[in-house]
Amino acid sequence: MKRFFFLTMLVALTLAACAPKGPATLTVMTHDSFAVSAEVVKDFEQANNVKVTFIKSGDTGAALNKAILTKDAPLADLFYGVDNTFLSRALQAGIYEPYASPSLANIPAEFKLDPQNRALPVDYGDVCINYDKAYFAARNLPIPESLEDLTKPEYKDLLVVENPATSSPGLAFLLATVAHFGPEGYLKYWETLRENGVVVVDGWETAYYTNFSASSGRGPQPMVVSYASSPAAEVVFAETPLTESPTASIIAPGTCFRQIEFVGILKGTQQRVLAEKFVDFMLGVTFQEDMPLQMFMSPVNPAANLPEAFVQYAPAPEQPATLSPDLIAANRDRWIADWTEAVLR
Amino acid sequence: MRQRDNESASQRVGKSTQGGFAESLIRRIAPWLGVSLFLGLFFFCPLARILWLGLNPASLLTIAPDSLLIIRHSLLFTFYQACLSTLLTLLVGLPAAYLFARFDFRGKPLLRLLTAIPFMLPTVVAAAGFNALLGPRGWVNLGLMQLFGLESAPITFVHTLWAILFAHVFYNTTILIRVVGNALAHLDPRLEQAARILGADARRAFWQVTLPLLRPSILAASLLVFLFDFTSFGVILLLGGPRFATLEVEIYKQAIQIFNLPLAALLTFIQLLFTLAFSIVYGRIVTGVAVTTTPHTAQSNLRRARAWREKLFVGGMASLLLALFLLPMASLPLRSVARLEAARGERTAVGYDLTSNYYTELFVNRLDSLFYVPPFKALTNSLLYATMTVVLSLALGFPVASALARPGRLERFLDPFLMLPLGASAVTLGLGFIVAFNQPPLALIRSPLLVPIAHTLIALPFVIRSLQPALASIPDRLRQAATSLGASPLRTWFTVDWPIVSRATLAAAIFAFTVSLGEFGATALVSRPEYPTLPIAIYRFLSQPGGLNYGQAMDMATILMVVCGAGILLIERFRLPGAGEF
Repeated sequence: MKRFFFLTMLVALTLAACAPKGPATLTVMTHDSFAVSAEVVKDFEQANNVKVTFIKSGDTGAALNKAILTKDAPLADLFYGVDNTFLSRALQAGIYEPYASPSLANIPAEFKLDPQNRALPVDYGDVCINYDKAYFAARNLPIPESLEDLTKPEYKDLLVVENPATSSPGLAFLLATVAHFGPEGYLKYWETLRENGVVVVDGWETAYYTNFSASSGRGPQPMVVSYASSPAAEVVFAETPLTESPTASIIAPGTCFRQIEFVGILKGTQQRVLAEKFVDFMLGVTFQEDMPLQMFMSPVNPAANLPEAFVQYAPAPEQPATLSPDLIAANRDRWIADWTEAVLR
Repeated sequence: MRQRDNESASQRVGKSTQGGFAESLIRRIAPWLGVSLFLGLFFFCPLARILWLGLNPASLLTIAPDSLLIIRHSLLFTFYQACLSTLLTLLVGLPAAYLFARFDFRGKPLLRLLTAIPFMLPTVVAAAGFNALLGPRGWVNLGLMQLFGLESAPITFVHTLWAILFAHVFYNTTILIRVVGNALAHLDPRLEQAARILGADARRAFWQVTLPLLRPSILAASLLVFLFDFTSFGVILLLGGPRFATLEVEIYKQAIQIFNLPLAALLTFIQLLFTLAFSIVYGRIVTGVAVTTTPHTAQSNLRRARAWREKLFVGGMASLLLALFLLPMASLPLRSVARLEAARGERTAVGYDLTSNYYTELFVNRLDSLFYVPPFKALTNSLLYATMTVVLSLALGFPVASALARPGRLERFLDPFLMLPLGASAVTLGLGFIVAFNQPPLALIRSPLLVPIAHTLIALPFVIRSLQPALASIPDRLRQAATSLGASPLRTWFTVDWPIVSRATLAAAIFAFTVSLGEFGATALVSRPEYPTLPIAIYRFLSQPGGLNYGQAMDMATILMVVCGAGILLIERFRLPGAGEF
């Protein structure tokens, strides 16, 4: 009886695994934060007579590692979601096939970090410090205008950041300080920040919902490392309709770090033509205009119009910090280790 | 009820001495077939694949010498917090088990239910509960600040070792209540009575008679608690904060963030080795201490508190449990209908405002997202997975637990390996699944069935450990008596075994059910976006800013708690004929 049960189960499993493929299926591997409108995907499916399925596998790091571990027998045709802090890992592992999409012509050069076009930019987000507007207004406290300002005594105990070893905005903010103070100077800055009572938590969820005072969690710190787009999300997902966001971002030069997310065709795909079409689709205006309100990232295609909430509540930083992916790849582990030693021990 | 047939088959094993050697060997091995196949395929195979990627001689050389410091540091802390947590859990759990097994009092079923719910709460939800209570802006701190006119929060709880210990007690007390409480409830009261008649006072009778009889179940429960604390992940990250790292946390950092597979594999290997060692030591201690006594109905051991000392114990213990479990959890349903109305910018005064916006919003796909999760769908997915986990883990666990109840050399050898799934890092196993199941013949990685399979891996040790002591407590002479009176093996099993093990079966089913409902770590790595579970939906809401998202996450958490509570009640009510009085 039992053995019969197991046989049936195994058969069921195998059947489920090798379910009939249908006309054509395009599989996109991505991270948990990926989102898109149902309508937009449906249009692509109808136009190309294809079924698009998505595999989500944890955060950016987890999803990328899965793609690398399965590169000999890829689970998907495309991988979307690797960002500039992970880009070198993806390129060195050789998971992508190059594709010089004609749509790249419209995209500004600053986003095209891979000259061989294995990874194509789709969107970007600026990791910035968000602040609780009401808190600063009630105290007549000026908004900090630089990273240096954060070490002033009037901002003591007011900032919460994420651990760069476990959080992607946390890493981005660390990189902003490296870009600003240089690989020799950033640790010294963090030591003063530590003396000024910077709070470190492990993930964005805790930082934003538990520690940040302007979120629904009503925490104790009025400044948090989040995204330049977060104030727009506060309006879109407000409990009662708002005309003004309770939060805003510090967007002064050098205080934000720009994350750029890429898509690429996975080596060994059986659906090269469809995969190319999907890349073009992601760079095209329809997807680029849909994405901001779905993922709260900004489109790289300048032809895409930004939604009203972004225009009003999420102004882009003037000069966000950047570092080359190779420099990040060569140093990130050491920077994180040294940071851990300086700030947490 | 497939396991019933298996059970009668394995039960005949014990009496098969007249059969041929080969036949008895087959009967000896038969109960292990299901579990061996299952663990071999879904646990050892993926684990071996991923460990080999990291631990082959070539890649081992790439491990930098200063990694040894990381290993030492995290190993020491893992031990330290697991020992402290287990001791504290015993301190709360043993009196709690005694309370539930021996006393009848008003509100008992509800309190019992309350202690079982945390077991399935995803850590992010539990952490939210603790924060609402003891966080920097929690009720306790706000109250104290208003009372004494303080400028800042007087109690620092979050990101301390205490938060970790407290959360572990919160999660694991139910293990002691279920495993030790059940054993205590069915203990033959005449043994203690005899000791009393022979002149021992109540205390002495407890220490010298009752406690030694409970040793196997206490050890079994302690091992489960210890292993759970030893491999703690979410609690450490969310409540302990970045200053604390267990082996499991370090594995996550190395495997995912740094992609140092050799070091991650080495850490996983160490964690597995220790899990195995603990299980072996446990097996050694527990061998020979199992005593079979005539089990009694739970009712015969129950009484109302009469003496003032008993009343004090019942009242005190019940209040303690109520405070420990109700307070952190109550903040969630409250938060799901309440908006914190802090005057913006004010850091002290917080008011509440009732709203049902979050619940109505749950049914709205505001942005037409492809990945929008209708709450009902997440609910049915979760329940479906949980039911599959219960059936699968009972079907696999029952034959093994029966075999373990009458252990031979084979059983003693295999026993420790059954605990290994508790010691395997979810991250490593998740990556192992990817490597092992992405190609034919086992291209399972895209099958939604991997979710209940992963849940069963985690539930199985609990199911086996809940069933085994109950099965072991059945005296052979009862079965022999039934057989000699002419009962068929099936009838014997149904009239002798089943009444005694039915309660343990319920406990096992509840463990499997709750483990599955709340599991997030493994689910996140193997689930399909088309079939999200409630915990996945909660995380999805919490990953974007905005009041509605937070409120909806709390709603989902409340739904999860209610469903889990209802499920437990339902399973407890589910009585089969002949099982009524146990």
